[in-house]
Amino acid sequence: MKFGVVVFPGSNCDHDTYHVLKKVVGAKVKYIWHKETTLNYFDVIILPGGFSYGDYLRVGAVARFSPVMREVIKFANSGGLVLGICNGFQVLLEAGLLPGSLITNDHLRFRCQDVYIKVANNKTCFSRSYESGQVLKMPIAHYSGNYFADKETLKILEGTERIVFQYCSLDGNVIPEENPNGSMLNIAGILNENKNILGMMPHPERAAEKILGSEDGLGIFNSLLRES
Amino acid sequence: MWLAKVIVSYKTGILDPEAKTIHNALISLGYRDINKVETGKYFQISFSDSIGREKAEELTKQACDKILSNPVIQKYTFQLEEVSK
Repeated sequence: MKFGVVVFPGSNCDHDTYHVLKKVVGAKVKYIWHKETTLNYFDVIILPGGFSYGDYLRVGAVARFSPVMREVIKFANSGGLVLGICNGFQVLLEAGLLPGSLITNDHLRFRCQDVYIKVANNKTCFSRSYESGQVLKMPIAHYSGNYFADKETLKILEGTERIVFQYCSLDGNVIPEENPNGSMLNIAGILNENKNILGMMPHPERAAEKILGSEDGLGIFNSLLRES
Repeated sequence: MWLAKVIVSYKTGILDPEAKTIHNALISLGYRDINKVETGKYFQISFSDSIGREKAEELTKQACDKILSNPVIQKYTFQLEEVSK
């Protein structure tokens, strides 16, 4: 399984993601500069967190038009696995690879804290290392993580098990009090229709080593490794 | 030369916490008759001299649909003006 981590101007979680894949998980991984147009080598593409292109205009809006994204869209549409974390999730939404949008947090504050998320679907390429309903501890760090979609889209996401992660309490209750940003249905991560693209706001790459407080994020990378 | 003045704002029903905060600030300053505040972004686009009104309108629409607005959450309006250089 060969991983590619896209580097946009302004990405800042690219090195963390690369480090976890290479040193912690022991996978094959390469950086992909945003001007690259060949993705043949890769099995999984990761769009990392950060502030691509300074988050000008709207989060993810400018990155979506970078040369590499044209190829990522082709790669995704032909069934390649794509994971977007935080800003990467925002880019996937702007690119139309996932439905809905991420708007400003309802409380207007940048939130940087650990949260609990529940594994709502563990039958995906990204979450099969987890138990169904397992509660994971991971950090979030964002200002625009408030997931919005119209009622019809939400119904489809729910009905087709495309909600993979939801913000919850330590004991796994998906309740408004544990919603850190105002996201509809406490959504923290969703899939596309073909279930080969995952976008999520929490940072699994920052929760992959015991010394950093949690190893709960490792399951995502391990799930992807098991795909090979 | 044609000039497009574009305003992109949120669709009805989309949470606009920034507008809410501004509204609260205005009320706390005593402006109790202000019922609602909405926020948006303003863009001014100038065209080459060779571009006529019809083409300018078409290009502005394309810019709005492709990048200036996100149709999931935003709407846009624009006005075209002819200006001398």
